[in-house]
Amino acid sequence: MNFDFSDDQKMLKEQVRKFLADKCPMTVTRRVLEKEEAYAEEVWKGLVEMGLTGTAIPEEFGGLGLGALELCVIAEELGRSAAPVPFSSSIYLAAEAIKLFGTQKQKEAWLPKLASGEIVGTVAVSEGLHAAHPRNIEAKFAGGKVSGVKQPVADGAAASVAIVAVNTGGSGEQAISLAIVDLKAGGVSSEPVRTIDPSRQHVTLTLKDAPAEILGDKQGEGWSQLSRIMDGGAVLFSFEQVGGTEAALEMARDYALERYAFGRQIGSYQAIKHKLADMYVKKELAKSNAYYGAMMLNDEGSELTEAAAASRIAGSDAYVFAAQENIQTHGGIGYTWESDCQFHYRRAKLLALTIGAPIQWKEKLVSRLEAKNAA
Amino acid sequence: MDFNDTPEEAAYRKQVREWLDKNATRKADAKGMELPRDLNELIAQSKAWQAKKADAGYACITWPKEWGGGGGTTIQNVIYGQEEANYLVPGGIFAIGLGMCIPTVMAWGSEEAKKRFVAPAVRGDEIWCQLFSEPAGGSDVAGLRTRAEKDGDEWVINGQKVWTSGAHFCDYGILLTRTDPNVPKHKGLTMFWIDMKDPAVEVRPIKQMSGGAEFNEVFFTNLRVKDSQRLGNPGDGWKVALTTLMNERLAVGGSQGNADTDDLIELARDVTVAGEPAIRHGGVRERIADWYVQAQGLKFTKFRTLTALSKGETPGPESSISKIVAAKKMQDLGSFGMDLQDMGGVIRDRKLSPADGAYTEQWIGAAGYRIAGGTDEILRNIVAERVLGLPGDVRVDKDLPFNQAPKGK
Repeated sequence: MNFDFSDDQKMLKEQVRKFLADKCPMTVTRRVLEKEEAYAEEVWKGLVEMGLTGTAIPEEFGGLGLGALELCVIAEELGRSAAPVPFSSSIYLAAEAIKLFGTQKQKEAWLPKLASGEIVGTVAVSEGLHAAHPRNIEAKFAGGKVSGVKQPVADGAAASVAIVAVNTGGSGEQAISLAIVDLKAGGVSSEPVRTIDPSRQHVTLTLKDAPAEILGDKQGEGWSQLSRIMDGGAVLFSFEQVGGTEAALEMARDYALERYAFGRQIGSYQAIKHKLADMYVKKELAKSNAYYGAMMLNDEGSELTEAAAASRIAGSDAYVFAAQENIQTHGGIGYTWESDCQFHYRRAKLLALTIGAPIQWKEKLVSRLEAKNAA
Repeated sequence: MDFNDTPEEAAYRKQVREWLDKNATRKADAKGMELPRDLNELIAQSKAWQAKKADAGYACITWPKEWGGGGGTTIQNVIYGQEEANYLVPGGIFAIGLGMCIPTVMAWGSEEAKKRFVAPAVRGDEIWCQLFSEPAGGSDVAGLRTRAEKDGDEWVINGQKVWTSGAHFCDYGILLTRTDPNVPKHKGLTMFWIDMKDPAVEVRPIKQMSGGAEFNEVFFTNLRVKDSQRLGNPGDGWKVALTTLMNERLAVGGSQGNADTDDLIELARDVTVAGEPAIRHGGVRERIADWYVQAQGLKFTKFRTLTALSKGETPGPESSISKIVAAKKMQDLGSFGMDLQDMGGVIRDRKLSPADGAYTEQWIGAAGYRIAGGTDEILRNIVAERVLGLPGDVRVDKDLPFNQAPKGK
C-alpha cells in the first residue's frame, strides 16, 4: 500500500508553501480584493519563476513534464493561502484542455506560452444563471468565428486565450464543441462582473465574430471533452479546497484558544470543540477522497469520474462548512471587513460553484453509479 | 501512488492465503454453510480455530514469539485480517481479551501472572473480559464506585459493572475498582485481574433494545482477591486503565453496517415515490451521492493509515474520525432504506425485507454502535483535544475527594 505522495512531491509542496507564506499572506489577497486588481502580479510572477505553471506540461512544449500529482500538491498550497492568481483557469483548465485534446499545432501554438506564464488562459462555459447543458449553450461557432456571451468567466480580462463551449449544430451532446479563441485577435470585449470573491476577477465575455478554431480536429465532441476536463479540474480544485479547509480550521482553532468568554477559553466549550472536530472530520474525508482523485487522474484510471465527483463533493462540503463555521467561531469580529475570515468564506463558495455546483456533481456521480450497478 | 503490496507484503499475503486455503473454507465456496448459532458450539469452534492460528504464528501476529505471538509487523497483522475476512471462520470472542486485557497484564502484571496467562490467552484456551463501565461511570469511567478494601493480604470487592461484553463466557477479567474514596477520583483507583468463575461474581445478561444480549451486568458480593492479582500500584489504576483504553480504539472495529449505496440503488429502483421509481427522485439521488462520498472517504482514510503502517510510520490522527462518521452513516442509511419501503419499513423480518433485513438491523444496531467504545460526543472531544489541541472540558470534580464530589442518584 503506497497511497501517499512521494518525497519529491512533498518537497515541492513544502517549497510552494514557503513561497506563498512569504509572498502571499492574506494582506495580498486583501489588496487584490480591495483594489480590484486582476490578480496579484508579483505572486503570479514568482510562481512562474519557480516553473510551476509548466509543471504538468510536456517538455516538448516547454514544460517540466511532471504529472497530475505534482499539480495536486501545488493546488493544495494555493488553496491554503487563498492565492489571488489565475493558476486554476490557466493551468488546471486551459492548459490541460489543450494538452488533452489539442492538435499538435494547437499544442505548439499555446502550451509553451502557458507553460512559461507569458500568457494566461481560461475556459468560458457558463452563460448566465444556470448550469451549462448541451441544450442551453447558445454561443455559436460557424465559419471559423464565434459569437455569444459567456458569463461569468474567471480571469477573462487577464486571459489571452479561452477554451469556449460553443454550439456547432446537431443534436444532443453532439451539438457542442470546444473552440480555442485568441482573445487578443479582435471581436472580443470583456466587462468585469461583480462577484462574491473579488480577489479572483471575473468578467462577462462578449464575442462577436471572434476568430476561433475547434479544439482538436473534430466538431461535436465538446461535451465529452468538457466532462473530462472538468473531472481533472474537480480533482485539482478539491486540493485547493482541502488546503483552504485546513487554513480556515487553523484560524478557528487559534482564535478558540486565544478568546475568553465567561472566564474560559471558548475552545474549552463543547459547542466549539465539537464544531471544530466536525471541521476536522470533513477535512479528512475530503483529503482522502482527493487522494483517490489524484491517483485516478494521474493514472487516467477507470474510476476517474466517480473519484473526481467524490473529491469535488467532499471538498466543497468541507471548505464551505469550515469557512462559515470559522466566522461563527470568531463571533462579531469575524464578520468585520478587517477580519480575514471573509476571504475563506468568499473563496470557499467561489470554488464550490466554479466548474459546477455540488448538486451537478452529485447527479453526475449517481448516474455513473447507477450505470455500474446495472452492469 | 498505488494500492500495491511491497514485495515483502505480497509474499506474506501469498503465504497467508495458502495457509487459509488449506485450513478454512472461502466464503465464496461456503454456500449454505454458516457458523454455529449455539454459543457453546461457537466458542468451541472459535477456540479450535484460535489454537490452529497460534500454532501457525497467526494469532497475535505482532507479539513476540516468546509470548506465543507471531513476531510480525503491524502491516502483516492487517494483511492477515484482510485475507481472513474472505473465509468462513469464527472470530471476535478473543478481541477484547487479546486487544485490551492481555496487553494490560503484559504491561503491569507480575512475571508470574504473565507466564500464567499470556500463552493460554493467545491460544484461545482462556477468554478475557474488561470490567470498567458502571451504571454511574460510562463516558466518565473514573467516576466508578465498585469498592475494593484491603483485608490482610487480600482485597474484598463489592459493586457492579455494566456493558461487559462476553462476561457470560469469559474465564478471567480485568477489573477497575475504587480503593480510596478520600482522594480525587482519578487518584483512588486500582486494577486487578479476577477469576470470572468465582462464586462471588454474578453475571446477568442485558437484553438490548435490538433483542440481542451480547453484554452483561456483573455483580461482586464480597469477592476476595489476592494482593498479587493487583495490576500496578494501589492508586495507579487510572494509569493502568489508560494502557487498556489506548488499545480500545484499535480493538473496536469499524463496521459500517451491511447495506451500502449499491444496495440503496437497487432498492430505489424497486420502490416508488409518487408513483415514479425512487431512483429518479432528486432527494434519493442526493443521499446516495452523499453516502457514497462518505464511504469512499472512510475507505481511503483507512488506506492512508495502512500506507503509514506499510512504511513503518505511526499513523496520523486521521484514523480517529472513522467511528464518528461510520456509526452515524450506518444509522442514517438504515433509516433512509426503511423510509424508502414506506409503511413496509416497519416490518422486521429478514425473509420479507430487502437486503436480508439489513436496513432495519443496522438502524437498530447503530443506536448502540454510536455509544459503544466511545460515544460520538466523547470521540469529538478526543479529536478536539488530542488532534486540535483544544483545552480539556472543565471538570468540577477534578480536585475534590471522590466522596465529596457531586453525584447523581
